[in-house]
Amino acid sequence: MIWNAVRESEAPEKRRTRQLADLKDLVARLYNRVPFYKERFDAQGVKPSDIQSLEDIAKIPFTTKDDLRETYPYGLLASGEEEIVEVHTSSGTTGTPVVDAYTQNDMDIWAEVMARCLMMAGAERGDVIQNGYGYGLFTGGLGVHYGAHNIGCNIIPVGGGNTERQLQLMRDFESTVLTCTPSYSLYMTEVAKEMGLEMADLKLKSGIFGAEPWSDNMRREIEEKMYLTAYDIYGLTEIIGPGVSNECSEHNGLHINEDHFYPEIINPETGEVLPDGEKGELVFTTLTKTGTPILRYRTRDITWLERGECACGRNLVRMHRLLGRTDDMMIIRGVNVFPSQIENILMEIEETQPHYQIVIDRGQSHLDDVELRVEVEPQFFSDETKQLERISQKIATAMKNKLGVNLQIKLVEPKSIERSMGKAKRVIDKRTL
Amino acid sequence: MKVTQISVFMENKNGRLAEITKLLASKKISLRAVTIADTADFGILRLIVKEPDRTRDVLLEAGFTARETDVLAVAMEDKPGALADVMELFEKNNVNIEYLYSILAGKGDKADIVFRVEDLERGQILLKQNGYNRPLDL
Repeated sequence: MIWNAVRESEAPEKRRTRQLADLKDLVARLYNRVPFYKERFDAQGVKPSDIQSLEDIAKIPFTTKDDLRETYPYGLLASGEEEIVEVHTSSGTTGTPVVDAYTQNDMDIWAEVMARCLMMAGAERGDVIQNGYGYGLFTGGLGVHYGAHNIGCNIIPVGGGNTERQLQLMRDFESTVLTCTPSYSLYMTEVAKEMGLEMADLKLKSGIFGAEPWSDNMRREIEEKMYLTAYDIYGLTEIIGPGVSNECSEHNGLHINEDHFYPEIINPETGEVLPDGEKGELVFTTLTKTGTPILRYRTRDITWLERGECACGRNLVRMHRLLGRTDDMMIIRGVNVFPSQIENILMEIEETQPHYQIVIDRGQSHLDDVELRVEVEPQFFSDETKQLERISQKIATAMKNKLGVNLQIKLVEPKSIERSMGKAKRVIDKRTL
Repeated sequence: MKVTQISVFMENKNGRLAEITKLLASKKISLRAVTIADTADFGILRLIVKEPDRTRDVLLEAGFTARETDVLAVAMEDKPGALADVMELFEKNNVNIEYLYSILAGKGDKADIVFRVEDLERGQILLKQNGYNRPLDL
């Protein structure tokens, strides 16, 4: 089912006309109300009246995460403070948090786009949604919550953690849709096994997974172990939280709610806008928000866009599953490596678990030493060192062949790598440069 | 004779071996042989015990990665050349040895050696045919 067929399947020309009208309105509003944007426009010699087509968006300066931090907490507010009804911030683990302040208009948009996303993943009225995303300042929990209520689903607001109880609730209330991070879902299957709970006996039909990068191989593993269909969801606090885009039943990219969040792909080095199909950094402009709308926000996520009718009936532009982040990208001895690549390679090797950790250090030789800690599958544990060394060697060879760098492989005990309730800590960078 | 060896995967980190031995002590498991094969990154602890199944379960329950492997325990004369005789027997008959270690202080004039061989059945028959058939006292 499609939540809002009028918008999600709208004729492209009609959609573009509205996008342009909303963009012009947004630019004028921000230029007049937010000194930060006025200064940026003036410095570039750009006036709101210069925006006459959607392509003119390229004239608008980018907004970065640093800009958001420097204007913390309310420097980018475009409405009156009294119009704000809810505030969310990012975790702030890597610096000052960034703020999303929502007016009632923004809350309505959020409930709308999340309802669309949940429905793309098969949720309908009558479904029981078990929400394993954290509630609170993190947008994940409440975003799903508002969308579920908008559809009229029964939502179980369990939040993250408490895994045994999660599984009991899932069984007792016959949850049909699970929302959580992909790594946490795999952890759940391990706990279920220990509890003697058969995932096959549960009623789950869909899992909506996001908030951290994952691969198609991981999707297959989750689907096999959890007996559900896995859907990728994408969003970020700076834009609205979850609800920016979601996979549909075709699993051919994530439909972006582009009538609200206008996407572009740019060359991360030059800022040049790239045509559809080319890989680059994803940039968003929130066309319709009124609290803290944002112009050309650089997400640092790397993907590409694809347009056209989708067999699901929508024609919203699709973004490919994330390839990585411009800031997650590790440069190891001069070679660009994304954690998702490592995960994909490990998934091809049956003797290991997809649980891994990368530790980068700069050794005495002043070269980057990368240790890849990988869990051994218990069934492949052998009493002979040469068998285990063969596994190590197999991983090292696969990494060398596919990434072009030598990694030191360290086999570790099953379940010894910390399981995350939220975002998995995959990379530990000890380099002091 | 065929005995069951327990092997345990150990990361090279402080206190791991102490944890295992403490656990086994608390369950009153007595070790008849203990040896560690180690590499730079990990070690494999190999044990011969009286109750291998119980020992394996104790280890698995405590979260260790453990498995059982059949090995050959051979009781031989405690005198120079005794091991050489067995090795010659294996060599002549193409029984490949992966590793071997000795069992803790045997009784009287017998010495016990544990052999992990590629072809267990063949090794076992060979030993029997050549008079190495004294049962092992665990």
